[in-house]
Amino acid sequence: MAMDDVQVKDGVDAETVEAVKALSGAYKYGWNTEIEMEYAPKGLSEDIVRLISSKNEEPEWMLDWRLDAYRRWLKLTEPDWAMVDYPKIDFQDQYYYARPKSMEEKPKSLDDVDPKLLETYKKLGIPLKEQALLAGVEAPEGERRVAVDAVFDSVSVGTTFQAELMKAGVIFCSISEAIREHPELVRKYLGTVVPVSDNYYATLNSAVFSDGSFVYIPPGVRCPMELSTYFRINAENTGQFERTLIIADKESYVSYLEGCTAPQRDIAQLHAAVVELVLLDDAEIKYSTVQNWYPGDENGKGGIYNFVTKRADCRGDRSKVMWTQVETGSAVTWKYPSCVLRGDDSQGEFYSIAIANNMQQADTGTKMVHLGKNTKSRIVSKGISAGKAQNTYRGLVSMHPKAKNSRNYTQCDSLLIGDKCGAHTVPYIEVKNNSSRVEHEATTSKVDDDQLFYCRSRGMGEEDAVALVVNGFCKEVLQALPMEFAMEAQALVAISLEGSVG
Amino acid sequence: MLEIKNLHVQLEEEDKQILKGVNLSLEAGKVHAIMGPNGSGKSTLSYVLSGKGGYEVTEGSAHLEGNDILAMEPEERAAAGLFLAFQYPVEIPGVGNMTFLRTAVNSQRKLRGEPEMSAGDFLKVVRAKAKDLKIDADMLKRPVNVGFSGGEKKRNEILQMAMLEPKMCILDETDSGLDVDAMKLVAQGVNALRDGKRTFLVITHYQRLLDHIKPDVVHIMAAGRIIKSGGPELALEVENNGYADLLEETA
Ligand SMILES: Nc1ncnc2c1ncn2[C@@H]1O[C@H](COP(=O)(O)OP(=O)(O)O)[C@@H](O)[C@H]1O
Ligand SMILES: [Mg+2]
Repeated sequence: MAMDDVQVKDGVDAETVEAVKALSGAYKYGWNTEIEMEYAPKGLSEDIVRLISSKNEEPEWMLDWRLDAYRRWLKLTEPDWAMVDYPKIDFQDQYYYARPKSMEEKPKSLDDVDPKLLETYKKLGIPLKEQALLAGVEAPEGERRVAVDAVFDSVSVGTTFQAELMKAGVIFCSISEAIREHPELVRKYLGTVVPVSDNYYATLNSAVFSDGSFVYIPPGVRCPMELSTYFRINAENTGQFERTLIIADKESYVSYLEGCTAPQRDIAQLHAAVVELVLLDDAEIKYSTVQNWYPGDENGKGGIYNFVTKRADCRGDRSKVMWTQVETGSAVTWKYPSCVLRGDDSQGEFYSIAIANNMQQADTGTKMVHLGKNTKSRIVSKGISAGKAQNTYRGLVSMHPKAKNSRNYTQCDSLLIGDKCGAHTVPYIEVKNNSSRVEHEATTSKVDDDQLFYCRSRGMGEEDAVALVVNGFCKEVLQALPMEFAMEAQALVAISLEGSVG
Repeated sequence: MLEIKNLHVQLEEEDKQILKGVNLSLEAGKVHAIMGPNGSGKSTLSYVLSGKGGYEVTEGSAHLEGNDILAMEPEERAAAGLFLAFQYPVEIPGVGNMTFLRTAVNSQRKLRGEPEMSAGDFLKVVRAKAKDLKIDADMLKRPVNVGFSGGEKKRNEILQMAMLEPKMCILDETDSGLDVDAMKLVAQGVNALRDGKRTFLVITHYQRLLDHIKPDVVHIMAAGRIIKSGGPELALEVENNGYADLLEETA
């Protein structure tokens, strides 16, 4: 009998309700850190690109790469096809580089990191400590350790467990460090998944990215712990342009988590990231995101504009990538984590929960590009709209002529809370061979008053009832997340929907 | 325990009166039954008592142990000890039955300022109670009421009632659609909860449930009113002669 399974899952939901009750106020991470910062002058120019490159002590080739991107970007125009509407961004009225003064001299170890920064991450629930290790004792049974790279505005302030990971041959560091220390790997792979000229925001990112994370898993290695990057935007009027590159060599495996928050501010801020995943033969990457950028207030003031390009290239045969995302934050989200299934028998999966409340706008989805034979993809998207929010799923499934015997299954469910919000599903399907099969299912439903009354008649408060019903709706996606993240995500689902009923 | 006085209820959306002056007085520990033709307002009465939206109380009152329940939120009524076994239990996809139960139990405890039940204790209690109702582990794991048979749904309502230990239990046609064995199980479940203090209001069409759950008082409801009250023999009368005679009597 599987009662013990029941207990575990049961615990998750009970804790959600706990977490919700413990929290007051909607956005929990809206505070800011008072810290002395060093900024590059406002605006964007070749000089700024050169400055960022020199701050990061980059080699010449990297600067050339950036300048090339910058010149291309000048010729591009901002895309307008997404179902999002926001004031025109003044790219000259932003800072492109902001770093805590205390980071001027790179800390040699975590012990040297500015206590204010350590305190910030502690407050976010991400202690930058290798606790178990430092104390010289084993981690308690069952407690999984997670290595963290912490990015604060434009710089990485520290990465935990680096030495231990190195023993397994795993490189986990900030991308700026990788450019200095592992140029051969960076040069070989950077921009090969998301080319410099891929799209407007990716090109901008290529010119001005300041930091981000780098991971290399050597052949045959199963990464001994989960890796994660935690992005924090703190400075005002500052864009965050991070760049992540993960390379899973043959027969390797890694599970990677990404989290993000920002202070509550009246003026919208730009976040334009690029994430590239490279998978060689038989490699597997699980990439999970809990995106909780400040969404703006209930009238749509402030918040993060999140324009992100994430792509995995399954270059190797039988390689497998799984994107899982819980998108609760940002004022505007424009994001389509994608899989290029180039290797034969490679697989791509995309599990997504996108919540839009109040005035939030989310246009998100995925692209599954089937190039190799017998490739498989699966898309499970759960969109939840409340308040006056607009939530769009946009997905492309493309089967190329050589992608014989390939399969895609797409399930796209929308849930509406209230009658002022909207859900839209925009599937694009191209099949260019006749042995492949594409299945698409879509549903739209409303949070049902009868369900809420049923829960309430059993003693649950209205918001707990909504959270329970919505978490039920999202179950398949929540189950795809690593355990620790699943709990956080459930709590987040509940918090994001506060004030959506009644 | 429960005092209902001159309760008048109409629909919020349209000008339609459904309850037209219901009076009921349920003493602690007693079992009252309500019988009546379809559409007479029995379910409406149970919904209004537990706080469902869409109805407007235009006149009258309802007090649970002296507290005005009509002024409370549905969850507060539940925490105060009111329970409704639904005529049509609601499905909640993706939410495990066990999760639902535990969330319900602990939400009520929290509202009452009591400590939560630990996962271990909860599991022990739920297993024992589920076993009595022949509810297996699989049914506890499945999403709430999704794909349950009619009988399973009704047994599940009784399981919730057993876990929540309410003071005042309203059962709305819990016997409808059940075969004889399932009905006996449900009746056993109810009888196991009779402790001399807990009060029951059993809405049913059939005498046969009342063979198993012996009522102290039987009420007949028609067109939004209680038209007659009496002892258990009243239920037998209805069983034999239908409602026609009673309706004529009071017309
Ligand atoms: N939400 C509603 N909308 C419209 N009519 C309703 C609603 N609720 C109850 N009614 C009507 O009120 C009357 C009583 O219904 P109900 O309480 O379900 O009766 P019973 O349970 O005794 O069969 C019926 O005529 C029914 O159609
Ligand atoms: Mg009824």
